Amino acid sequence: MALLEIDHVTKHYGTREVISDLSQDVSEHEVICLIGPSGCGKFTLLRCINRLEEISTGEIRIHGDRITGPGVDLDRLRRHIGIVFQGYNLFPHMTVLENTLLAPIQVLGMNRNEAKDKAMVFLERIGLAHKADAYPDRLSGGQQQRVAIVRALMMDPMLLLLDEITSALDPELVSEVLDIVRDLAARGMTMILATHEMGFAR
Amino acid sequence: MTAPHAPEARDEEGRAAAWRARSVTRTHRSRAGFTLAIAALTFLAVAVSAQHIGDFAVAQGFSSLAATAPGLLTVIAAALVLIMAGHAFAKSLAAGRSADQYAARALGAEASMGSWKAMSWSAALLILTAAGWFMVVNDAAVSRTFFDLVVIRDSALKVLRAFGTNVMIFAIFAVLILIWSLLVAIARTLPGEAGRPLRFLAVVYGDLFRGLPAIITIYLIGFGLPLTDLPFLSDLSSTSYAIIALTLTYGAYTSEVYRSGIEGVHHSQVAAARSLGLSHARTMRFVVVPLAIRNIIPSLMNNCISLQKDTALVAIIGTIDAFNQSKIIAANNFNLSAVTTVAILFIAITIPQARLVDRLSDRDRRRMRAGG
Repeated sequence: MALLEIDHVTKHYGTREVISDLSQDVSEHEVICLIGPSGCGKFTLLRCINRLEEISTGEIRIHGDRITGPGVDLDRLRRHIGIVFQGYNLFPHMTVLENTLLAPIQVLGMNRNEAKDKAMVFLERIGLAHKADAYPDRLSGGQQQRVAIVRALMMDPMLLLLDEITSALDPELVSEVLDIVRDLAARGMTMILATHEMGFAR
Repeated sequence: MTAPHAPEARDEEGRAAAWRARSVTRTHRSRAGFTLAIAALTFLAVAVSAQHIGDFAVAQGFSSLAATAPGLLTVIAAALVLIMAGHAFAKSLAAGRSADQYAARALGAEASMGSWKAMSWSAALLILTAAGWFMVVNDAAVSRTFFDLVVIRDSALKVLRAFGTNVMIFAIFAVLILIWSLLVAIARTLPGEAGRPLRFLAVVYGDLFRGLPAIITIYLIGFGLPLTDLPFLSDLSSTSYAIIALTLTYGAYTSEVYRSGIEGVHHSQVAAARSLGLSHARTMRFVVVPLAIRNIIPSLMNNCISLQKDTALVAIIGTIDAFNQSKIIAANNFNLSAVTTVAILFIAITIPQARLVDRLSDRDRRRMRAGG
């Protein structure tokens, strides 16, 4: 069975249809790219998958379990689906390390030291361990985006949603983020990537 | 680019000549001369006034040093201004004589700037002198009424002690207000259908207490609650009633400040927190409220300044605060100087805070410009 099943999903804002009758399965360890021009509904689809947004008709299932409709524990759902935003959305009042620790400690109830060790391993891997105590505004866009990916990975998501994660970056910073995504794919992370750059998709 | 044709070249020469002809040196002589005249008149006015007011003060029993020092300082200032104006005028003359056009321009500019400076100093000195006259006219009625040094000296300790009550009310009420209005603001921003009743109550509370004049709220609570015979609530001290009333009034305003801060937090921050699995409450606690508070610290401080001044309103329900104490002294002496002491005390504790707010806002603005 597929990890994620999108089943005849439509989404409209008023009379404007953004997603029309979309069906797509995503298996475990699979990387799916959503390609299309800005504003064609890629981000909307991602937001529907972690229920930041409600779909209009159809249904979305994870491991066969329907996650759309009323009564779904959204906080539990989102715990398992990581999302990385185009604009990084790091918390500006927290250091890099605190950004990555907030959810594991508050949501998963992880012990602080344990979470810290885990975060440092991730930060080491993306080459930003030395920035652990810096605030996000001291980081370049590429560095911020890499931290945002770590923040999502800290929750051990079974599915990672990446929304245009390189489109706010200068061209020379794109590759450092891209390398991480490639590395994640090699490690078997299931991902849905939204992008309007064909090169990135390849 | 094509080579310029002959008529166009002639045109260009003509325009250049016209430009140079217009570009004459401005010596600002009339402005400098006018300023010199004003500065001289100011000096005369200040000197005569200082002499007169000083004599009067000595006749009133001030020591001759206390009476003449301020006058002397003002006269010296006026003399300096006169010298400044003279310099400006001299520069303007030099600008007229100078053969070097650029040096003349520079001198002219200095003359202009010097004239403006001397002019504004003269105006300030004249205003100060007028204030001095206001104090001594009508046999020093103004200074006697508001600044009777003997009354101020004899009452200062009592007033200062009563001012402690104001400071205490303010201290307790500042803490209460920060907590209470945050709670109201959170109720006001509760999401969804379930939050509606509390949201509604918060709106009603805000409308009610922003509409009610603070003085009426204090009056109603301070005199009303004791009449109700309610257990506990009817036998508090008048200071407590004052604190309750002020908290209710200012809670309405301060919660609006908080709310603007909360609503000013970008929704992408909320999306990021929620998509990490944080509940609404945790998102508020760890992300939204800390960010909101950072943005509203200057407005919160401004609120604090105005609420500490309003602690003087508690006088109407008989709390012996600095204002009430000074009114008693004023009634006994038929002189308002003790109230002046209170005014000075309030100003003295407010100014440092106002400067702090300025610095905080400046720092904020710099951080924003740095792309924070």
